[in-house]
Amino acid sequence: MNELNDEKLRELLRGAIAPVADTNLKHDLWPQMLRKLDEQTVRASWLDWALIALLPLWFVVFPEVIPALLYHL
Amino acid sequence: MELQERFAKGEIEAFETLFRQFQGQVYGWVIRIVRDPAIAEDLTVETFWRIYRARARFDPTRSFGAWARRIATNAALDYLKTVRPDVLLLEDHGRIEPANPAVQSDLCNRIEQAFSHLPEKLQIVARLALIEEQSYEEIAGALGISAGAVKSRVFRAVRLLRRKLKRLGVEP
Repeated sequence: MNELNDEKLRELLRGAIAPVADTNLKHDLWPQMLRKLDEQTVRASWLDWALIALLPLWFVVFPEVIPALLYHL
Repeated sequence: MELQERFAKGEIEAFETLFRQFQGQVYGWVIRIVRDPAIAEDLTVETFWRIYRARARFDPTRSFGAWARRIATNAALDYLKTVRPDVLLLEDHGRIEPANPAVQSDLCNRIEQAFSHLPEKLQIVARLALIEEQSYEEIAGALGISAGAVKSRVFRAVRLLRRKLKRLGVEP
Protein backbone atom coordinates (compact mmCIF):
# COMPACT_ATOMS: atom_id res chain seq x y z
CA MET A 1 0.00 0.00 0.00
CA ASN A 2 1.67 3.24 -1.02
CA GLU A 3 1.21 6.60 0.68
CA LEU A 4 -0.36 8.26 -2.37
CA ASN A 5 -3.19 5.71 -2.42
CA ASP A 6 -3.56 6.13 1.31
CA GLU A 7 -4.00 9.87 1.00
CA LYS A 8 -6.53 9.36 -1.82
CA LEU A 9 -8.56 7.05 0.41
CA ARG A 10 -8.48 9.59 3.25
CA GLU A 11 -9.68 12.34 0.89
CA LEU A 12 -12.44 10.10 -0.41
CA LEU A 13 -13.50 9.34 3.15
CA ARG A 14 -13.53 13.01 4.16
CA GLY A 15 -15.51 13.81 1.01
CA ALA A 16 -18.15 11.21 1.81
CA ILE A 17 -18.37 11.66 5.57
CA ALA A 18 -18.21 15.25 6.76
CA PRO A 19 -16.71 16.05 10.16
CA VAL A 20 -19.30 16.98 12.79
CA ALA A 21 -19.92 20.68 12.24
CA ASP A 22 -21.35 21.61 15.62
CA THR A 23 -19.79 20.04 18.68
CA ASN A 24 -21.21 22.54 21.18
CA LEU A 25 -23.65 21.43 23.83
CA LYS A 26 -26.92 23.35 23.49
CA HIS A 27 -28.26 23.07 27.01
CA ASP A 28 -27.38 22.10 30.55
CA LEU A 29 -27.66 18.34 31.11
CA TRP A 30 -27.62 18.52 34.91
CA PRO A 31 -31.44 18.03 35.22
CA GLN A 32 -31.10 14.80 33.15
CA MET A 33 -28.20 13.74 35.36
CA LEU A 34 -30.27 14.27 38.50
CA ARG A 35 -33.11 12.18 36.99
CA LYS A 36 -30.63 9.40 36.23
CA LEU A 37 -29.25 9.49 39.77
CA ASP A 38 -32.80 9.31 41.19
CA GLU A 39 -33.82 6.48 38.83
CA GLN A 40 -30.82 4.42 39.83
CA THR A 41 -31.57 4.96 43.52
CA VAL A 42 -35.15 3.82 42.99
CA ARG A 43 -33.98 0.82 40.99
CA ALA A 44 -31.64 -0.24 43.80
CA SER A 45 -34.34 0.01 46.46
CA TRP A 46 -36.69 -2.03 44.21
CA LEU A 47 -34.30 -4.92 44.54
CA ASP A 48 -34.05 -4.36 48.27
CA TRP A 49 -37.83 -4.36 48.60
CA ALA A 50 -38.09 -7.56 46.54
CA LEU A 51 -35.61 -9.29 48.84
CA ILE A 52 -37.43 -8.04 51.94
CA ALA A 53 -40.74 -9.28 50.50
CA LEU A 54 -39.22 -12.73 49.95
CA LEU A 55 -38.18 -13.01 53.59
CA PRO A 56 -41.68 -13.56 55.15
CA LEU A 57 -42.47 -15.98 52.33
CA TRP A 58 -39.35 -17.90 53.22
CA PHE A 59 -40.45 -18.00 56.90
CA VAL A 60 -43.88 -19.35 55.86
CA VAL A 61 -42.38 -22.08 53.70
CA PHE A 62 -39.59 -22.97 56.18
CA PRO A 63 -40.88 -22.00 59.69
CA GLU A 64 -38.20 -24.16 61.35
CA VAL A 65 -35.53 -21.57 60.45
CA ILE A 66 -37.13 -18.91 62.71
CA PRO A 67 -35.77 -20.25 66.07
CA ALA A 68 -32.35 -20.79 64.52
CA LEU A 69 -32.37 -17.25 63.19
CA LEU A 70 -33.50 -15.84 66.56
CA TYR A 71 -30.79 -17.84 68.33
CA HIS A 72 -28.10 -16.32 66.04
CA LEU A 73 -29.45 -12.79 66.56
CA MET B 1 -10.26 20.49 50.54
CA GLU B 2 -9.88 20.59 46.74
CA LEU B 3 -12.89 20.11 44.48
CA GLN B 4 -11.66 16.79 43.05
CA GLU B 5 -10.94 15.45 46.51
CA ARG B 6 -14.43 16.39 47.68
CA PHE B 7 -15.86 14.63 44.61
CA ALA B 8 -13.83 11.49 45.32
CA LYS B 9 -15.23 11.50 48.85
CA GLY B 10 -18.77 11.48 47.38
CA GLU B 11 -19.84 15.08 47.86
CA ILE B 12 -22.72 15.67 45.43
CA GLU B 13 -22.10 19.45 45.23
CA ALA B 14 -18.53 18.80 44.07
CA PHE B 15 -19.86 16.34 41.48
CA GLU B 16 -22.34 18.95 40.23
CA THR B 17 -19.56 21.54 39.87
CA LEU B 18 -17.39 19.10 37.92
CA PHE B 19 -20.38 18.05 35.82
CA ARG B 20 -21.13 21.64 34.82
CA GLN B 21 -17.46 22.29 34.17
CA PHE B 22 -16.86 19.25 31.95
CA GLN B 23 -20.22 18.34 30.38
CA GLY B 24 -19.50 20.44 27.24
CA GLN B 25 -16.10 18.88 26.79
CA VAL B 26 -17.44 15.33 27.18
CA TYR B 27 -20.36 16.02 24.80
CA GLY B 28 -18.01 17.58 22.22
CA TRP B 29 -15.89 14.43 22.27
CA VAL B 30 -18.76 11.93 22.22
CA ILE B 31 -20.63 13.60 19.34
CA ARG B 32 -17.52 13.20 17.18
CA ILE B 33 -17.84 9.46 17.69
CA VAL B 34 -21.61 8.88 17.53
CA ARG B 35 -22.54 11.88 15.31
CA ASP B 36 -26.05 12.23 16.72
CA PRO B 37 -26.80 15.08 19.18
CA ALA B 38 -29.53 13.21 21.11
CA ILE B 39 -27.41 10.07 21.52
CA ALA B 40 -24.39 12.19 22.44
CA GLU B 41 -26.44 13.87 25.20
CA ASP B 42 -27.58 10.50 26.57
CA LEU B 43 -24.03 9.20 26.47
CA THR B 44 -22.75 12.32 28.23
CA VAL B 45 -25.16 11.63 31.09
CA GLU B 46 -24.21 7.92 31.03
CA THR B 47 -20.53 8.92 31.17
CA PHE B 48 -21.08 11.06 34.27
CA TRP B 49 -23.16 8.29 35.83
CA ARG B 50 -20.20 5.93 35.39
CA ILE B 51 -17.90 8.65 36.75
CA TYR B 52 -20.10 9.09 39.81
CA ARG B 53 -20.18 5.36 40.49
CA ALA B 54 -16.40 5.09 40.11
CA ARG B 55 -15.64 8.19 42.23
CA ALA B 56 -13.90 6.16 44.96
CA ARG B 57 -11.38 4.89 42.39
CA PHE B 58 -10.58 8.41 41.12
CA ASP B 59 -7.16 9.78 42.00
CA PRO B 60 -7.73 13.50 42.79
CA THR B 61 -4.15 14.37 41.88
CA ARG B 62 -4.78 13.40 38.25
CA SER B 63 -6.68 15.22 35.50
CA PHE B 64 -10.45 14.86 35.81
CA GLY B 65 -10.90 15.89 32.16
CA ALA B 66 -8.65 13.11 30.83
CA TRP B 67 -10.36 10.54 33.07
CA ALA B 68 -13.79 11.72 31.93
CA ARG B 69 -12.78 11.53 28.28
CA ARG B 70 -11.59 7.95 28.70
CA ILE B 71 -14.84 6.91 30.34
CA ALA B 72 -16.79 8.77 27.63
CA THR B 73 -14.90 6.92 24.91
CA ASN B 74 -15.73 3.59 26.55
CA ALA B 75 -19.39 4.56 26.81
CA ALA B 76 -19.42 5.53 23.12
CA LEU B 77 -17.67 2.27 22.22
CA ASP B 78 -20.30 0.30 24.16
CA TYR B 79 -22.98 2.18 22.24
CA LEU B 80 -21.36 1.40 18.87
CA LYS B 81 -21.30 -2.29 19.83
CA THR B 82 -25.05 -2.34 20.45
CA VAL B 83 -26.21 -0.71 17.21
CA ARG B 84 -26.36 -2.41 13.86
CA PRO B 85 -24.26 -0.61 11.22
CA ASP B 86 -27.36 0.11 9.07
CA VAL B 87 -29.10 1.76 12.04
CA LEU B 88 -26.05 3.88 12.70
CA LEU B 89 -26.07 4.92 9.07
CA LEU B 90 -29.70 6.05 9.20
CA GLU B 91 -29.17 7.90 12.46
CA ASP B 92 -26.08 9.64 11.23
CA HIS B 93 -27.31 13.04 10.11
CA GLY B 94 -23.81 14.16 9.24
CA ARG B 95 -23.69 11.71 6.39
CA ILE B 96 -26.81 12.79 4.53
CA GLU B 97 -25.05 15.60 2.71
CA PRO B 98 -21.63 14.74 1.32
CA ALA B 99 -18.92 17.19 2.39
CA ASN B 100 -17.75 17.38 -1.18
CA PRO B 101 -20.70 17.74 -3.61
CA ALA B 102 -18.50 16.44 -6.41
CA VAL B 103 -18.47 13.02 -4.78
CA GLN B 104 -21.54 11.22 -6.05
CA SER B 105 -24.09 10.10 -3.50
CA ASP B 106 -23.92 6.47 -4.62
CA LEU B 107 -20.21 6.48 -4.01
CA CYS B 108 -20.81 8.16 -0.65
CA ASN B 109 -23.27 5.45 0.29
CA ARG B 110 -20.79 2.71 -0.52
CA ILE B 111 -18.06 4.44 1.46
CA GLU B 112 -20.43 4.95 4.41
CA GLN B 113 -21.49 1.31 4.22
CA ALA B 114 -17.91 0.09 4.21
CA PHE B 115 -16.98 2.44 7.06
CA SER B 116 -19.90 1.48 9.27
CA HIS B 117 -18.98 -2.20 8.93
CA LEU B 118 -15.50 -1.72 10.35
CA PRO B 119 -14.99 -3.34 13.79
CA GLU B 120 -15.93 -0.78 16.49
CA LYS B 121 -12.39 -0.45 17.85
CA LEU B 122 -11.05 0.40 14.41
CA GLN B 123 -14.05 2.50 13.47
CA ILE B 124 -13.73 4.75 16.53
CA VAL B 125 -10.05 5.40 15.83
CA ALA B 126 -10.57 5.91 12.09
CA ARG B 127 -13.48 8.27 12.71
CA LEU B 128 -11.50 10.41 15.15
CA ALA B 129 -8.23 10.38 13.22
CA LEU B 130 -9.33 10.43 9.59
CA ILE B 131 -12.63 12.30 9.67
CA GLU B 132 -12.44 14.46 12.79
CA GLU B 133 -8.67 14.92 12.39
CA GLN B 134 -7.89 14.57 16.11
CA SER B 135 -4.26 14.03 17.03
CA TYR B 136 -2.98 10.51 17.70
CA GLU B 137 -1.92 11.62 21.19
CA GLU B 138 -5.42 12.85 22.02
CA ILE B 139 -7.02 9.64 20.73
CA ALA B 140 -4.43 7.57 22.59
CA GLY B 141 -5.24 9.35 25.86
CA ALA B 142 -8.96 8.81 25.37
CA LEU B 143 -8.55 5.10 24.63
CA GLY B 144 -5.86 4.44 27.20
CA ILE B 145 -3.44 3.12 24.60
CA SER B 146 -0.19 4.42 23.12
CA ALA B 147 0.02 6.76 20.13
CA GLY B 148 1.80 3.94 18.30
CA ALA B 149 -1.16 1.65 18.91
CA VAL B 150 -3.49 4.33 17.52
CA LYS B 151 -1.32 4.62 14.41
CA SER B 152 -1.42 0.86 13.99
CA ARG B 153 -5.22 0.79 14.34
CA VAL B 154 -5.58 3.58 11.76
CA PHE B 155 -3.37 1.58 9.41
CA ARG B 156 -5.49 -1.55 9.95
CA ALA B 157 -8.69 0.43 9.48
CA VAL B 158 -7.46 1.93 6.20
CA ARG B 159 -6.37 -1.50 4.95
CA LEU B 160 -9.69 -3.09 5.89
CA LEU B 161 -11.64 -0.20 4.43
CA ARG B 162 -9.78 -0.48 1.18
CA ARG B 163 -10.63 -4.20 1.04
CA LYS B 164 -14.30 -3.58 1.81
CA LEU B 165 -14.50 -0.79 -0.78
CA LYS B 166 -12.90 -3.03 -3.39
CA ARG B 167 -15.63 -5.60 -2.71
CA LEU B 168 -18.23 -2.83 -3.20
CA GLY B 169 -16.68 -1.84 -6.52
CA VAL B 170 -14.78 1.25 -5.33
CA GLU B 171 -11.04 1.40 -5.95
CA PRO B 172 -9.38 4.31 -4.21
